[in-house]
Amino acid sequence: MKHFITMSLRAKRSNLPVRWDCFVAALLAMTLITSCAPVDLNAPMPTFNTGIDPSAWAQIPAGEFYQGQHDKVAYTDAYEIMVTNVTVGQYADFLTAAGVDGSIQIEDGKVVGYYPGDVFRAVKHEEKIGAGDYLYIPFDDPSLRIVATTKITWGAQQGYENHPMTMVTWFGALGYCQYYGWRLPTELEWEKAARGPATGENPERPFPWGDEITRENANYYASRDPFEDMSSFGSRTSPVGFYNGQKYGDYQTLDSASPYGLYDMAGNVWQWTGDVYEGMHYRFMRGGSKDTYEMDLRIWVRNNATPTYYSPGVGFRCVR
Amino acid sequence: MEAISKRFNYLFNSTKGLILVAIAMVALVTAIWGMLSGPMAEMGVREVVVKALGMDLVQAEREGRIIILYHSIAMAIVAIETYMITGLLKMKQFFKTAINSIITVGYLMTMIFGMGFAYFGHNWAFHGLYIAGLSLIFFAGVLLVIALWPWNPEYYVTDKQYARTKKGVSLERVAFFATALTTVISALFGAVPGSFFGNGFEVFLAENIIRYPEKTTMEYSVIGHLHIMLALIAIMITLIIGRWLNFRGILHKWAMPLMILGTIVLNLGVWGVVTPLEPIAHMIIYVGATPSMLAALLLLIWSWNKLIKDGTAHLRKPNFGQKLSALVRDPLKFGPTWQMLFMNFTTSGIGIFMAIRLDEIFRVWPAREERIELTGHWHVLSAIIATIILMYYGDMLGLKGKVRQLYGWGIIVLSDIAFAAVTVFEMKRLFISEAEQQPLVNALMYAIDFGLGMLLVLLAVVMVWRLIDLFKPKGRWTEEVDHELAQEVMK
Repeated sequence: MKHFITMSLRAKRSNLPVRWDCFVAALLAMTLITSCAPVDLNAPMPTFNTGIDPSAWAQIPAGEFYQGQHDKVAYTDAYEIMVTNVTVGQYADFLTAAGVDGSIQIEDGKVVGYYPGDVFRAVKHEEKIGAGDYLYIPFDDPSLRIVATTKITWGAQQGYENHPMTMVTWFGALGYCQYYGWRLPTELEWEKAARGPATGENPERPFPWGDEITRENANYYASRDPFEDMSSFGSRTSPVGFYNGQKYGDYQTLDSASPYGLYDMAGNVWQWTGDVYEGMHYRFMRGGSKDTYEMDLRIWVRNNATPTYYSPGVGFRCVR
Repeated sequence: MEAISKRFNYLFNSTKGLILVAIAMVALVTAIWGMLSGPMAEMGVREVVVKALGMDLVQAEREGRIIILYHSIAMAIVAIETYMITGLLKMKQFFKTAINSIITVGYLMTMIFGMGFAYFGHNWAFHGLYIAGLSLIFFAGVLLVIALWPWNPEYYVTDKQYARTKKGVSLERVAFFATALTTVISALFGAVPGSFFGNGFEVFLAENIIRYPEKTTMEYSVIGHLHIMLALIAIMITLIIGRWLNFRGILHKWAMPLMILGTIVLNLGVWGVVTPLEPIAHMIIYVGATPSMLAALLLLIWSWNKLIKDGTAHLRKPNFGQKLSALVRDPLKFGPTWQMLFMNFTTSGIGIFMAIRLDEIFRVWPAREERIELTGHWHVLSAIIATIILMYYGDMLGLKGKVRQLYGWGIIVLSDIAFAAVTVFEMKRLFISEAEQQPLVNALMYAIDFGLGMLLVLLAVVMVWRLIDLFKPKGRWTEEVDHELAQEVMK
């Protein structure tokens, strides 16, 4: 063994410059050390009042709009959609109310609720979503920003009251909307709300506010907003309606509302939509998030996941 | 004037000159366009590059731009492989000249006018010239297939060390022929949907439609095309490396039939995705991929065995350390097959693991996570092919001594650091949550950027050296102008 090591070292000495070896070894060691650094998921969160009311609704009139990357003309009936994503505070209120009246169950560290199921067609890769109780949110995940305030009431973690609700599954998003008699937007409704009418100014816009994106328009990966620290916890959510043209301390935002006055239709969190497609159990999300590059913030970009998926980068809003 | 004429003759009329030009073009495009995404974009470098070069990046056209970018780089790589084939294999001089001329004009037109159209405003004349360039490459491919016709008695082999039929038909040439032929046919699987979607400019990236249960024939054709073209480029470089190293003996006799069988079955499987065979196409692809990969493994075993034997010939009973030393003594001969082995950890292994656990693991994650795995693993495969080409090119240059060691090990170590980091990045969700991933992501990004960045610096040094050399009246280029690759095949 000793002889082998000696020979190997000789071989290395003859073929590789020693300093090069050391440099590579040092780099690998540094990589290992930095990658093992712990992340403080409860690092202090700056608090700002955006002045945007999360309980406000926007009117979307019936009519045509340009849908998708290739600007196909599509039509929707009239509807109302939330101006912002559902906040942590709003979702906590829902949990309290729905817990009291028995609309949801809290068991084994998670919230579950009933879903009647989808038609199963056994298409390749399709998974059966039968009738039953499904996960809304997990209580045992440290990324959840909801805390128990009493045995039967819930509240938002301090500093997160006006942040979008995350760590919520599609069932949890649908359950929230349906509890109040609302629903999740279809993809078409979501897209129209983000893009504006076919007759409006710049109706083929790629972003809710126009043609180009800058760091002051939205919360996306490495957008240098006041909530992120790319050396430790990375990107975090921003309060709903944050990008409204206000200046927060030294940080100036651009007013990035959609033509119908909706905020955060690009970035911050992906938003669940309500469509259930034939032969597919995946549910679709829109808008991009704090964790994606600008390209995913374009209005037509779609993402999807199983309906039980939850993440610190996924939220929702409702329509009625 | 004569000086310019001589250099032009070297760059565009000699195999090594043509390869140099193509590598320089790929390096240039990679260096500039590499600054438009990833960490470079995060650091704000993209904005500077876009402004400085006057690029016109319309958001809705991103996918179309990327497709033209991929094709521009891929066509240069196809040209490099073609130069290597015409330089290594026997063929009529007319074919050699015609193929090299046509493909050179083709890839340069594709690259210059394609990128001009995609990134610098829509000059429609450029678009036409881009399509004309692609057509020329296709035509050069057809000529190559004709030139490689293996049943011409002129190309029969008599040496029993090489795989051949009883009549003497070279099975290695059949493998080259089959790969070239299927490449030309598979190009059509991109050309047809390209015209279909391009006519309305409704382009898409295949990785964005993977989860849709219903796909059109044209969409399947695009998915099949991109997979098979990259696989065929990989198979061709394996054959080229085998020829350069003078692969022979019993393993050659086993490997070549496997390579021919694998290539044909693999292609049939991929073509099958646009036919009623679609439901079983993946199974056919697996059946085809297995013999191809086995053939590459046989090349690896043979070449490593040869390196060890040649390196320890002076020793009566070499021990393990001495054998290992002999194996890694020349990084440019060890490197290509090592990269093929490494590919199994970064590409094939990942692909197989994904296929086996697709529904249980990968399709529980969001589609964007699955996209990272898909794009990551084929970017790595492409880059591995590039490193293999660079190592062969290093040998063509006649690098010796410490420079050879530095160049060879630089490519191997730097690229493998980057590729390993990409692989961990792709698979990170298996062992770390989204909320806690940032330090790991940062570390992996440093490793990727360091590896690829330094690799590009290394390549830039070589390119600058070759540029300076061109200004010398008796530079290295004067020696290379008449050298042919077939003369430099290993003994």
